[in-house]
Amino acid sequence: MSSTAPEAAKAELVRRLRDLVAPEFVIEDAETKRPYECDALPIYRELPMLVVLPESVEQVQSVMRLCHDEGVPVIARGAGTGLSAGALPSPAAVVLSLARLDRILEIDPLARTARVQPGVRNLAISEAAARYGLFYGPDPSSQIACSIGGNVAENSGGVHCLKYGLTVHNVLRAEVIDVSGERFVAGSEGLDAAGFDLMALVTGSEGLLGVVTEITVRLLPTPETAQVIMAAFDSVSLAGDAVGAVIAAGIVPAGLEMMDGHAIRAAEAFAQAGYPTDASALLLCEIDGTAEEVAEHCGRVERMFGELGAISTRTSRNEAERALFWKGRKSAFPAVGRISPDYYCMDGTIPRGRIAEVLTEIDRMAENYGLRVANVFHAGDGNLHPLILFDANVPGEFEKADEFGGRILELCVAVGGCITGEHGVGIEKLRQMPAQFTDSELEQLHAVKRAFDPSGKLNPGKSVPTLRQCQEYRTLARTRESAPTGPSSAPPSRTLSRMRKSST
Amino acid sequence: MADICDQIIESIEAARRNREPLSIVAGASKRFLGRTSNGSPLEVAAHEGIVSYEPGELVLAARAGTRLTEIEATLAERGQALQFEPPSFDGAATIGGTLACNMSGPARPWSGSVRDAVLGIELVTGRAERLRFGGRVMKNVAGFDVSRLQAGALGAFGVITEVSLKVLPRPRHTVTLVRALDAADAIVHMNKLAGTAKPMSGACWHDGSLYVRFSGAESAVEAAAGQRGGERLDPAATSRRSEAHARDTANGATRRRIRSAAKRSTRRRLRSAANRQTMQPRSGGTWPSIGSSISGPAHRSGASRFRRRRRYRGSTANGSSTGAAHSAGFTATSTRTNSNAWRNRRAAT
Ligand SMILES: Cc1cc2nc3c(=O)[nH]c(=O)nc-3n(C[C@H](O)[C@H](O)[C@H](O)COP(=O)(O)OP(=O)(O)OC[C@H]3O[C@@H](n4cnc5c(N)ncnc54)[C@H](O)[C@@H]3O)c2cc1C
Ligand SMILES: Cc1cc2nc3c(=O)[nH]c(=O)nc-3n(C[C@H](O)[C@H](O)[C@H](O)COP(=O)(O)OP(=O)(O)OC[C@H]3O[C@@H](n4cnc5c(N)ncnc54)[C@H](O)[C@@H]3O)c2cc1C
Repeated sequence: MSSTAPEAAKAELVRRLRDLVAPEFVIEDAETKRPYECDALPIYRELPMLVVLPESVEQVQSVMRLCHDEGVPVIARGAGTGLSAGALPSPAAVVLSLARLDRILEIDPLARTARVQPGVRNLAISEAAARYGLFYGPDPSSQIACSIGGNVAENSGGVHCLKYGLTVHNVLRAEVIDVSGERFVAGSEGLDAAGFDLMALVTGSEGLLGVVTEITVRLLPTPETAQVIMAAFDSVSLAGDAVGAVIAAGIVPAGLEMMDGHAIRAAEAFAQAGYPTDASALLLCEIDGTAEEVAEHCGRVERMFGELGAISTRTSRNEAERALFWKGRKSAFPAVGRISPDYYCMDGTIPRGRIAEVLTEIDRMAENYGLRVANVFHAGDGNLHPLILFDANVPGEFEKADEFGGRILELCVAVGGCITGEHGVGIEKLRQMPAQFTDSELEQLHAVKRAFDPSGKLNPGKSVPTLRQCQEYRTLARTRESAPTGPSSAPPSRTLSRMRKSST
Repeated sequence: MADICDQIIESIEAARRNREPLSIVAGASKRFLGRTSNGSPLEVAAHEGIVSYEPGELVLAARAGTRLTEIEATLAERGQALQFEPPSFDGAATIGGTLACNMSGPARPWSGSVRDAVLGIELVTGRAERLRFGGRVMKNVAGFDVSRLQAGALGAFGVITEVSLKVLPRPRHTVTLVRALDAADAIVHMNKLAGTAKPMSGACWHDGSLYVRFSGAESAVEAAAGQRGGERLDPAATSRRSEAHARDTANGATRRRIRSAAKRSTRRRLRSAANRQTMQPRSGGTWPSIGSSISGPAHRSGASRFRRRRRYRGSTANGSSTGAAHSAGFTATSTRTNSNAWRNRRAAT
C-alpha cells in the first residue's frame, strides 16, 4: 500500500484495526496524527497513514500480524524524544505507539531486577526501585520523558554511563514481536544466556528488528554517597588532558562531563549553578561509592586537577550543592536554546586523548562556516555533543549547519571514533554511514536486517543506508572536497530535501 | 607476533569452493564446551599479537589468537587488567576463543562479561569477507551490534580475527573472606549483600563455604571487609579456585534451560547472513563450512541445541543421527566425557 493506494483499502485497514484495538486508539485524522509527525529532531516531519495505540502485548501482536498480511510498513514509537528521526513516520506506514504499555510489572529486590513494559519512562523505574535502595543505571538527560523501549532501541547512554554502563549493559531480557507478529525472547533472567546474543542485537536496533514489548532490566544498589568536583580551566586543551589523566589514574568516576565557554555562560545564566563564567572549560567529575571511597578518590581528583592547571576547583559539600552543580549541566541544552534561535546537536565519539585536538578543529571549522558551536558532553566516554547554533529563519543557514554537522562526524571517524555514541543513526546520520562502514559491511548489516525482517517492513529506510544511497553520498562528499574553501553549494541530499519539503 | 589473516581468508575460500565444513581451533582450551565438531580444523592461534594498547584510553586491541596470559601480562605492566577476569585454562586460552565462548570469571556480576567489554571486532565471514564492526571508542551505536553478537556464538558467524576491548585499572586493594555456610543460606546472603553498595567483586559458594571478595579503594575495601565476619583468604588460593569453578560452571551454564528464543527461521537466516553461500544446509546433513567453532559447533543456537539435547538425553551418539537430531550433538555422553576429562586435567595440575 502506498500513499496513492485507493482510499478504500485504507478504510478497510482502519476498520480491521478498530476490531483489534479500541476505535479511538486508531487515529486517522490529520490533526490528531500531528503530534506523531516527528521526534525531537523536528527538521524531519511527515504524517503517517495511521497511528495505532495498542494497550496490550496481544494487541501489538495482532496489529503486527494484520499489517504483515497487508504489506503495510510499521514504525514503532516510544515517547518520541529520539534525536535522529528514528521514529519519523512515512505516509504509507502505520505508527505503532507503545505509550499505553506503561506498567512496571515486577520488581524483584533480591534478584535486583525490574520487569517492565516498553512505554515505562526511564526515570519511573529508578523511582519505583528507590524504596529498595536500588536504581536503574542508564540516565539519559531525557529520562523524565523517554521510554525504556526507546532506550533499548537506541542503546541510550547518560551522564552516569561511564561507571554504570549503557543500556546494553543493563538489560537482561526482552520480549520482542517480530515483523510477522511472532513473539521471541532475547536474553534471559540470568547474566549470560546460551546461544546467540540476540539481546545485544536487539539493543540499538532502532526498531528495525522487532517491537520490544517487555524488558527485564538490572537494578544497581544506590551508592551510599556521592560528591562532585567542579574544576575550571582556561583552555579546552588543559581540560581535555585532565579528563585523560583521571581515567588513566585508575579512578572510574560515576560521571565526567565537560562544558566549553559558550555552554558555561549559557548554563550559568539559565541555572545560576555558580559556574565561573570567565572559564574556557569546566569539568564536572562525580565520584560515588562508600563514604571512604568517595573521600579517598575526591581528594586524589582534586589534587590532580590542581596539578594539571585548573584555575579553580570546588567539591560539593552537601547534596544540595551537588544537585546545583548538576543543574547547570542538565539544563545546558535548553540554556543554549536561549542564546540561539536554533541549535543542532551532534553525537560523535572519539578517543578521549583526542578531545582537545578535535574541539580545536571544530572551532576552526565553525569559523569557516560562520557559525557558533557550544560544547557540553560526556567527556569521560569521549562522546561529544557539539551544539551548532543557527537561525532557521535565515535562508541557507540550516543547510550550512547540517553540512557542518556532517563534517564534524566525519572528523570523529577520521580520528578513530564513530558517528554516533547514543542518539542513533535514524534518518539523520544515514549520510555519514559510508564514512564509517565499507559497502560489504553495510551489506552485512542489511543481511542481519533481512534475517529478522525479510520483507523490510519494520521501520524501513532507517539506520542502514542502501548501497545506492551511499554512492550518492560519496559523490556529494567529493563535490564538497573539490570546493575546499568553505561550505559548498551542493544541494542537500535527496532524502533530506524530500523530508524538508514535507515539513513546510 | 604474526598476521595470518590472508591465510585464514584463503582457507575459507578453499573450504567454500569445496563446500567443506571448517572447525575453528585456537588454543583448544575449551573442548569440553559443546560437542565434537566434524569440520576440518582451521588453526587460528598463529594469528596473534597485540595490535594496539593505549593505557590512557583504557583500550587494547589484539589479534584473536593472542593468549590471555600475554594480554594480562601487558596490562599488568601498566596496572590494568581485564575486568571480566576470563579463565585462561593453563595459559592456552586466546582472546578470540574467550569471546566466542563468552567466558568470564568471578567478577562478572559486578564488572561485566567479555561481551560487555568488547568495543569492536574484525571478522572474516563464511564468504571470506573481512569486515570490521564497532571500534576502539567507548560508545558506538552506528549499525547493529555485530561485535557483541559474537559473544557465545562459538564461531558460527565467521572467524574473529581481531578484538578490541575496554580494559580497567586493576583494583588497588582486594580482600576475600571465607566462612562456612550451607548453599541455600549462601545464595540469599550473596544476593542481599550484592544489593548493598559495598565494593563487591566476587561471591561464590563452594563445598560448604561462602567466599566473598571486595575490591577497590583500600579504605572502602577494608571498611566493608571489617564489617563482615569470616577468615581472610590467601590470594593465590582464590585464583586457583576460580579457575576450577570456571570449568565447572561452563558446563553448568550451558545446561541452563531456556524457555524460548528467536524463531528458528530467523536464526537460520541470521547465520546464513554471515555465511550465505557456504552455510546452506545439505539435505538431512551437516552445515558445510564455518558452522563449527573453537571448541564445538554452533549449528543451532543454544536454546534449541539444549532443548534437543534434553530430548535426546541418554543418546550415545555424538551427532551421528540425521537432520535436526544430528545437530542435537551435545549429548549427555559428551558431557560426561568432558567432565571426566576435566577431572583428570585438574588432578594433573
Ligand atoms: C533533551 C533531550 C536530551 C536527551 N539526552 C539523551 C542522553 O543523554 N542520552 C541518550 O542516549 N539520548 C538522549 N536523548 C535522545 C532520546 O531521549 C533517546 O534516544 C531515547 O532513548 C528515545 O526514547 P523514546 O522513547 O523517546 O523513543 P522514540 O524517539 O519514540 O523512538 C526512538 C527509536 O526507537 C524505536 N522504538 C521506540 N520504542 C520501541 C519499541 N518498544 N520497540 C522497538 N523500537 C522502538 C523507534 O522506532 C525509533 O527508531 C535526548 C533527547 C532529548 C530530547
Ligand atoms: C565460564 C564461567 C566461569 C565462571 N567463573 C566463576 C568463578 O570463577 N567464580 C564465580 O564466583 N562465579 C563464576 N561464574 C559465574 C557463576 O558461576 C554463575 O553466575 C552461577 O554459578 C550461575 O550458574 P548456573 O547457571 O549453573 O546456576 P543457576 O541454577 O542458574 O543458578 C541459580 C542461582 O544460584 C546461584 N548459584 C548457582 N551456582 C552457584 C554457586 N556455585 N555459587 C553461588 N551461587 C550460585 C546463581 O547465581 C543463581 O542466583 C562463572 C560463570 C561462567 C559461565
